[in-house]
Amino acid sequence: MSTWLLIFGMLAITFVIRYSFFAWPDLRFPRAIEQGLHYVPVAVLTAIVVPGMLMPEGAWALHWDNAYLLAGLLAIVIAALTRNLLATIAGGLLSFFLLRWALGQLPI
Amino acid sequence: MSRSQEFAHGCRDILPLILGAIPFGVIFGTLAVAAGLSGWQTMGMSSLVFAGSAQFIAVTLITGGVGAAVVLLTTFVVNLRHALYSAALQPFVRHLPGRWRVPLAFWLTDEAFAVVQNRYARDDGSPYKHWFFLGAALTMYISWQLATLAGVAFGRAVPDLASWGLDFAMIATFIGIAVPMMRTRPQVASALVAGAVALLTWDLPYKLGLLAVAMAGIVVGVWLERRAEAAARLEGAL
Repeated sequence: MSTWLLIFGMLAITFVIRYSFFAWPDLRFPRAIEQGLHYVPVAVLTAIVVPGMLMPEGAWALHWDNAYLLAGLLAIVIAALTRNLLATIAGGLLSFFLLRWALGQLPI
Repeated sequence: MSRSQEFAHGCRDILPLILGAIPFGVIFGTLAVAAGLSGWQTMGMSSLVFAGSAQFIAVTLITGGVGAAVVLLTTFVVNLRHALYSAALQPFVRHLPGRWRVPLAFWLTDEAFAVVQNRYARDDGSPYKHWFFLGAALTMYISWQLATLAGVAFGRAVPDLASWGLDFAMIATFIGIAVPMMRTRPQVASALVAGAVALLTWDLPYKLGLLAVAMAGIVVGVWLERRAEAAARLEGAL
């Protein structure tokens, strides 16, 4: 039940954000706020990616058998070179699972 | 162009972006089932929330056992970028009645914004561009539901999936979204500071660090951007 409440909460928040400017045709962002908002996506996404690569299990994992770190770095290179989302996801996932398989970290 | 032609062009133009969203949706469905959501709840999230990255993070957070307030706060921070899209498209939809604006807002994703903005930018005076918007948005929506459904089926067929490290799919996706956004020096600096703050605040409960990250990213980005503007003005004055 609480999962459904959560889903409806997420629906409400997401819809209000998306509908905000459609609902009030005369609403405008002050320039300072718009300027600030431009940095939110990159900051938030980076904040999820970096700990996910460096401490995938919740503790520092700066070693060579950390597939999250190695495949993540490769994905960053692919993204910087191609700027293509699909190539980044496919290349990153493929190298991640190949690495985990080679390192004996998969349950197969 | 007629209404149906605009609609069909919308469906067509979003296809390349759907190619990228399908694996994302399949992986979301798989992860959600591995996180303990039922098939209905997983489909409910995809059909009601319809925001890929927020759905991914919500499922990861649920797996980590954090409270609902944190998931909602994170949803807000992660989806804040949609306010920018809403503001950018506002001049083109303000004349439409509510029965158009409400569904179009509900379907306003990163992908829909990318192609719809393109269509509105073409200056051909077509009065039916909102039909293009509808076609693109609806195609994206249906694809996302089908991809999620495929993921749910896949997650059920392979029960041990949680130990595979599928959460890396989210990391790869976010790298794919964020890295191409880092076009300017303030963007890169903002990202580096955000990453550092995220590591420093990792021990804070309930992912509260995310708020600190957003604040730090904004402050650094805006500060550097203004400094660059001031320098450019100075150069122009000389």
